[in-house]
Amino acid sequence: MALLSKKDANLILDPLADNNPITIQVLGICSALAITAELKASVVMAISVLFVLAMGNVVISLMRNIIPSKIRIIVQLIVVATLVIIVDQVLKAFAYELSKTLAVFVGLIITNCIIMGRFEAFALANGPWKSFLDGIGNSLGYGVILIIVGFFRELLGSGTLFGIPVLGDPITKTGLYATGYENNGFMIIPPAALIVVGIIIWVQRSRNKALIEDN
Amino acid sequence: MAVNTDKNSYTVIFAAIMVVIVGTVLAFIASSLSDKIAENERLEKQQNILYAMGINQNEGAGSVNFVPTENVAGEFSKFIKEQLVIEGDKITKDDQAYLIDLKKQATAAKNGDTRKLPVFIGDKDGAKYYIIPMRGKGLWDAIWGFIALDEHLVVQGVYFDHAAETPGLGANIKQRYFMDDFVGESILSGTQYAGIAVAKGNNDPLNKIKDDNEVDALAGATITGNGVSAMIKETMNLYKDYLETIRVN
Repeated sequence: MALLSKKDANLILDPLADNNPITIQVLGICSALAITAELKASVVMAISVLFVLAMGNVVISLMRNIIPSKIRIIVQLIVVATLVIIVDQVLKAFAYELSKTLAVFVGLIITNCIIMGRFEAFALANGPWKSFLDGIGNSLGYGVILIIVGFFRELLGSGTLFGIPVLGDPITKTGLYATGYENNGFMIIPPAALIVVGIIIWVQRSRNKALIEDN
Repeated sequence: MAVNTDKNSYTVIFAAIMVVIVGTVLAFIASSLSDKIAENERLEKQQNILYAMGINQNEGAGSVNFVPTENVAGEFSKFIKEQLVIEGDKITKDDQAYLIDLKKQATAAKNGDTRKLPVFIGDKDGAKYYIIPMRGKGLWDAIWGFIALDEHLVVQGVYFDHAAETPGLGANIKQRYFMDDFVGESILSGTQYAGIAVAKGNNDPLNKIKDDNEVDALAGATITGNGVSAMIKETMNLYKDYLETIRVN
């Protein structure tokens, strides 16, 4: 028997491609624009969201029958904020260096619409195990796009990957720069992320006609 | 049996219980970890001060490497010979001066009290370093740092950090390629305390010109860069009188 039933496996696999949170559901766009100027930040954000979304989905799913529907958004917000603050405090005490890297993401995770979006759309209506898988799947789908965008923006904008120069030195003109190549400063600013995300959506839809809506 | 979760009374009770539970959990975690966090922050401050005067484990031109946390206390007492607190005309020694909270001092100054200005005097291979802490505003939140000067008021090293600047843009003020540019710049322009401006388009990306009081800015991080310029300038104004007493031409 497979580790996961086919239905459960789809909860993880669907968001990676045909139901991707960023390119199809258009959730989590704000953070995809804000922090993808470098690859390292993309990876850190992807891991943080993975943790918070999986945990949050489980907590909300366990509480789904007792949450008053009138204040459910506030309850969701409190759950995310609490989780994020706990993680931040524990890291500050036991992995101080890492917490410095994460500090800027704390606010971004709490307000990330992908988290509230999955709580609303999935965790409130499904059991904890399914919600956990949904959380993992969606954050992976989110992370994949973040990493792709971060890869292109850092490579074309700064000529580095994970901060390591890969195209030579732009100032002393070595490597690719010796041929007259220049870094594209436009890639560093947020609108460039929108263009990269747009290209990803274009590629995805042209490969999968089922995703194109009829007008 | 299902409870009627739509009733107002249920909503109010639910909210109240939730607030109490979450509040208790967070308060418990915060108070049980606060000692450890404070200790981490104290050691980090020592690492930052030593970093500014060149006591670090940097290799080549790569990333920032501090003195390891386990050695920092020893190194700090070895290299930092004196810690002074300037209060108006009065200068006192205080070996806890590095713990002075600059934000509180700025608030105190606004309320009309005399601001306490800490200075750390380091000594490495006979050379003297005057290390001055700074604090200012970036785009989103606070930025701060340390600047190490010699007796000619030429920068020997800097360290910058920030609370929440944008990763990949303003957050790069704590990267080597930005901080290293400050070394060799003078904070004086003639006899004026000009500070060092983070300048766009100064046509000196390699920062070879060391007497222009300018370093090359970071692309896409104008406001953070301006914050750094303003922070250095303000700090130098505060310390002007003291720096005059140590200045050697």
